[in-house]
Amino acid sequence: MKVRLEIRLNPDILDPQGDAINNALQQMNFKSVSSVRQGKLIELDVKASNQEEAHNLVKKMAEELLVNPIMETYTISME
Amino acid sequence: MFGSLFLKSGIIIFPGSNCDNELQNALESVGSSVIRIWHKEVNLPKNIDIIFLPGGFSYGDYLRPGAIAAKSPILNSIISFGKAGGYIVGICNGFQVLLESDLLTGALLRNKNQKFICKDEKIIIGACDSIFTKNFTSGEVVNFPIAHNDGSYFCTDKSLKSLIDNDQIPFSYKENPNGSKASIAGICSLNKRILGLMPHPERVVFKENGGTDGFKFFNSIIENF
Repeated sequence: MKVRLEIRLNPDILDPQGDAINNALQQMNFKSVSSVRQGKLIELDVKASNQEEAHNLVKKMAEELLVNPIMETYTISME
Repeated sequence: MFGSLFLKSGIIIFPGSNCDNELQNALESVGSSVIRIWHKEVNLPKNIDIIFLPGGFSYGDYLRPGAIAAKSPILNSIISFGKAGGYIVGICNGFQVLLESDLLTGALLRNKNQKFICKDEKIIIGACDSIFTKNFTSGEVVNFPIAHNDGSYFCTDKSLKSLIDNDQIPFSYKENPNGSKASIAGICSLNKRILGLMPHPERVVFKENGGTDGFKFFNSIIENF
């Protein structure tokens, strides 16, 4: 089962990469952009008998390794 | 220096560690014996006095710096060692490993200016009753180099208050180079036995390398252990 784990920096954390991207976009005249935040996407192929089981497995992985709750939040989705 | 004759330091080597040799030279220069320990070992050698996690780029900084090293087999023993009151020092990437394994509080984020910073930095010694700072005076300014991409210290306001109230900030930057909260360069545990710091004292141990403030740091550990 394909599971997508999207990881975002907490809103109160400075995102210098997002800011650098935003600066570049402004220079390219994309003036409609007001802010950019960069996160990451981890796609996992998980063996599970149903979606709930896959979800719970990836949640456990997120809590134990893939996400650092001090600076990140996450969402899990499935195809 | 009497204790030093018997002090046994362990240096943990991860794939991608690259400050381990300098650290070993520094420790031997103050009279400690050194045991190098591969991260796949499960148990620490017997009678080890203090564990060092060296700088470098364990696992290429994949996922988050220090995150994968924090799940190495040896870490379970190190966490037990720390929880039982053992002395642990993490320098640079080692500091990131200590935070990722919850032995210390907070996280290290990408430098505010998005650049890898490699330069000498003025470090202020904080009020902290630890073996790491005993040979310094509070407010003293020393010169330790920094070399990192992800050194911007972050923690919650509540954690920061607790770090300040309990004198757990032995090292701060004079001129905050990376956007660290409260200019923090290094923190220690509540019992003052686990230390994490971004600057590299092991790079300024010998006069030929540009300074000896690092010698004072390692000597402080040895003399006050």
